[in-house]
Amino acid sequence: MDIFGKAVKFGDNVNTDVIIPGKYLELIDPEELGKHALEGLDPKFTQKAKDGVILIGGKNFGCGSSREQAATALKSAGVKCVLAESFARIFYRNAINVGLPALECIGISKKADEGDMILVDLRSGTVENQTTGITLKAYPLPQFILSLLEEGGLIPHVRGLIGKR
Amino acid sequence: MVTPERCKKLNIFEKILARASGRKEVVPGEIVEANVDMAMIHDLTGPLTVDSFHKIGAGKVWDPKKIVVIFDHLVPPSTIRAATLQKGLREFVKEQGIKSLYDIGQGGVCHQVFHEKGYARPGELIVGADSHTCTYGALGAFATGIGSTEMAAVFTTGKMWFRIPTALKIHATGDFRKNSTPKDLILKIIGDIGEGGAIYKGMEFTGSTFTNMSIDGRLTVCNMVVEAGAKAGTVPPDNKSMAYVRSRTKKPLKPIRSDNNATYEETLEYDAAKLTPQVACPPSVDNVKPASELSDVKIDQVFIGSCTNGRIEDLRLAASVLKDREIHNGVRMIISPASQEVYQQCLKEGLFNTFMEAGAIVTNATCGPCLGGHMGLLAPGEVCISTSNRNFIGRMGSPQSAVYLANPATAAASGVVGHIMNPNDLRRP
Repeated sequence: MDIFGKAVKFGDNVNTDVIIPGKYLELIDPEELGKHALEGLDPKFTQKAKDGVILIGGKNFGCGSSREQAATALKSAGVKCVLAESFARIFYRNAINVGLPALECIGISKKADEGDMILVDLRSGTVENQTTGITLKAYPLPQFILSLLEEGGLIPHVRGLIGKR
Repeated sequence: MVTPERCKKLNIFEKILARASGRKEVVPGEIVEANVDMAMIHDLTGPLTVDSFHKIGAGKVWDPKKIVVIFDHLVPPSTIRAATLQKGLREFVKEQGIKSLYDIGQGGVCHQVFHEKGYARPGELIVGADSHTCTYGALGAFATGIGSTEMAAVFTTGKMWFRIPTALKIHATGDFRKNSTPKDLILKIIGDIGEGGAIYKGMEFTGSTFTNMSIDGRLTVCNMVVEAGAKAGTVPPDNKSMAYVRSRTKKPLKPIRSDNNATYEETLEYDAAKLTPQVACPPSVDNVKPASELSDVKIDQVFIGSCTNGRIEDLRLAASVLKDREIHNGVRMIISPASQEVYQQCLKEGLFNTFMEAGAIVTNATCGPCLGGHMGLLAPGEVCISTSNRNFIGRMGSPQSAVYLANPATAAASGVVGHIMNPNDLRRP
């Protein structure tokens, strides 16, 4: 499970209110949500992300509200994977549940810059910055989370559990 | 039977998750599958839960008696879209046979209504599709926020996986001084440990400050643990919290408390008697300063309410400041009691007269402006002092507005003078 893309970088404590403000929570359509992803922090984000990017965050990425729309909006805007020093726990679960890989990668905020080309091997947790040649090791995802992502998220997984596949 | 090998002492978080997953022992870091005792959704996270539930295709929820649905975020609906989502949620509740619906006029802010109606019980595992579900730890539950799709999976199976958290102990002694409150204590703690300071962890609050603290105050403290990243926070159940829960439910209670000498990653000590009114400055909840240092900050709006500080004690405190005073010209003050019950109590005590004579408006029980939903959004360049729990960029309206978080006395006093102030410095009316 390799993921490759250009880095878009933010700092520490990126909260779910800036990822998708409260006024958009009436939206359910992922595409509609994606149009407003991170607009409070970077109005050009959706433009940058549309061809597929790797989002780099600092500490406590996704803190704040439990709104799953935050993970959905990022995924829909074109984020293929989030790498951060640490995640807020609800965002982390939401990301995995909607099929957006999220990896804790200590040092990533210092070893990747906006525009760097990043290759992530989800299985081993190896993160390669192909622009700088630096390789980092993220905490590898536990097997059941990898399977969840392979299945496409929590909905197909639970469908499987109840014999709906 | 005594099992000699069971020597590991467990904290309350470990014990509740062990109980819910049918285990004798658990260790931090371990992943368990636990049975959920109660699940809550509201009008903003509920529709997405229903959408995911339909995509899963289970047909019927695992147990309609364990699901509580509360309308609070956009009530009454502020847009046609919100009205349509609420209509859909009502239909879901009906078709699933869920009895615990608190529709418009029946409840109020979910994190007040849930325990008022007796659903927050000690020792139970509660999940809510809202990050401030951690509030119910004030009554001895393990309560935590989850996303909508996760909730749809809970609705289907009644189960959820948990990583056993490590725990922090916050031990506080001393009595609060005038106009210093549990809000100031939790702001101070978050300021000290930082926005991510309790990430993935449980926070247990012990010591005489918490045992002497009212239920309202404990709810305020536990409400904000998520602002430090915590998974759950709790005040150990005692006679006071057990009496409160017993007055609200007939269900038998099975409280769980930490073992003596249970393991904590760290213990932090506080002296409540030293605490002055605190304010969290934008744009993060850990940017905490004494209110007295912020008198240069002019304000346009005051919001008193929310699941943090919209309870009767909060509104009494605000009224004690506003009595015989008027709000500063050019400042607007919005007061939202957290529930119908709190609203009625305010009416009985005449608090609304005080608020209206001071020039404030009182809204129905709603989350409203706290999340920038409705009933008082901020324009670019405007500043609000709020008793709620988040001051992130754009939280209450324009991304160019600013939110300062404070206790109800500080918020009310600041409304009187037009800038942030320590309420103890307010001159006699």
